[in-house]
Amino acid sequence: MLEIAGLQAGYGDVRALFGVTLSVGAGEIVALLGPNGAGKSTLLNCVAGLVRPRSGAIRWNGQDLRTLGAHLIVERGVALVPEGRRLFGSMTVQENLELGAFASRAWAGRRAGLERVYTLFPVLAERRRTAVQALSGGQQQMVAVGRALMASPRLLMLDEPSLGLAPRLVAAILEALVAINRAGVAVFLVEQNVPAALSLAHRGYLLEGGRIVGEGSGASLMADEHVRRAYLGPLAVRTPSPQGEHQ
Amino acid sequence: MSVLAQQLLLGLLIGGLYGLAAAGLSLVFGVMRVLNVAHGELIMLGGYGAFWLAALFGVDPFASLVLVIPGSLLLGALLYWGLFGFVVRAHEETRIKNSLLIGFGLALALHALAVRLWTADERSIPTSYGGAVLSVGELSIPLVRLATLTLALVLIGALQLLLSRWRWGKAIRATAEDWQAALLTGIDIRRAYLLAFALGTALAGAAGTLVTVAYSVSPSIGLEWTLKALIVVVLAGLGSMLGTFVGGLVLGLAEAASAATFGGPYREIVGLVIFVVVLAVRPRGLFGR
Repeated sequence: MLEIAGLQAGYGDVRALFGVTLSVGAGEIVALLGPNGAGKSTLLNCVAGLVRPRSGAIRWNGQDLRTLGAHLIVERGVALVPEGRRLFGSMTVQENLELGAFASRAWAGRRAGLERVYTLFPVLAERRRTAVQALSGGQQQMVAVGRALMASPRLLMLDEPSLGLAPRLVAAILEALVAINRAGVAVFLVEQNVPAALSLAHRGYLLEGGRIVGEGSGASLMADEHVRRAYLGPLAVRTPSPQGEHQ
Repeated sequence: MSVLAQQLLLGLLIGGLYGLAAAGLSLVFGVMRVLNVAHGELIMLGGYGAFWLAALFGVDPFASLVLVIPGSLLLGALLYWGLFGFVVRAHEETRIKNSLLIGFGLALALHALAVRLWTADERSIPTSYGGAVLSVGELSIPLVRLATLTLALVLIGALQLLLSRWRWGKAIRATAEDWQAALLTGIDIRRAYLLAFALGTALAGAAGTLVTVAYSVSPSIGLEWTLKALIVVVLAGLGSMLGTFVGGLVLGLAEAASAATFGGPYREIVGLVIFVVVLAVRPRGLFGR
């Protein structure tokens, strides 16, 4: 499991995280919610090794991740789908996916990995020879999730996977996350689409101004007065079903 | 007319070497965002490698590629560990500045070292087939130069194949496109940098060998070749090795055409004109992504 304790981080003089403590258990889906600039991306980037924390602990199954290079964190089974997807645009869908299996833990099994991703997102199989930059936003997001899955992670972190996608595609991505989780992969999800995130998360945390200000089960956060006011707006009067109406 | 055609042909033949010289520079710049202004000096060293292999051991200059290429790979790795590996630790914007300083220093040092070790004399490699010419109509094609053009194309093709098929070749391309995303897929980007720099140096060594076979080598050729390579990189843009090769051919042809039209001294100016025009009109280059 992932354990974060007292995490402080920032960029240059700007501090983004002020002592964050949270955990993601094996097989869990955990959502991290919060407004823009709360430090959500910084937190994921710290775990992935792209940002070096100032202080605090990040442990994965008991092992300290803070001093490991980002490529070695992938090697330990922790993969990130970054904000904005960050695909290799000039390469084909299949090349992007195969690069996802670059870690030696996954390289030998990349054929099977491709089959898994193509089963999860059949549209990618049809477009495997297409350059990624020619795909629609939704298909690119599928490639991004697929690329991270190719590393055969035990923990899959996603930074705003629904950003800019039509509701139908958001649902497709979230359904895929549930399927991935059923296969035993823990999911740590940063999402601005709060009802969508809470509809599938077992637990959630609220991050505001670099501090955890609330936590609880998906259902209890959904019912929480602060969450409803801050994230769902005054019009959020009913709980959306897990399969649709993610507005 | 036939005089012009002959000059254009010779321009095309040297253009292949411009392309090969630029390929190494382009690879290093594209992947590491490091501008190695000592690239021409690495070409010069490759040329001396071929020259001494021929002079001391009688190795055929074309055959010497088999030794010069691995030797240059190793030299590139040493230069990365000793010098350029420190540059890539810096933030991307400071890399260019730092690499320029290191590159100019390295260029001066290698130039001085070459003068001291091998004198400032111009050297060429005499071969039994050096004067062979293929006559096509009124054109006469020097066979050695035709062979260097062909080999340059073969080497560029091999590089392209390496980058598209080899596991680490793909890692090098991925790192060039987005190094953070490359890290997130589990690529050790330091190793990708090392490989790119070593491959770039190997290409420089091969280019130097071919330059020495077809023309000559002296300690002072470095700056000229760095400049030609830079012009081709700007002309062709980053991202396509075959595009870089074509860019070299275009520069060779343009130089020949301007020398034929305005006279020999204008040969060197056309490249700089191309440089400025491309930067103004098409900053990503003809084939750039």
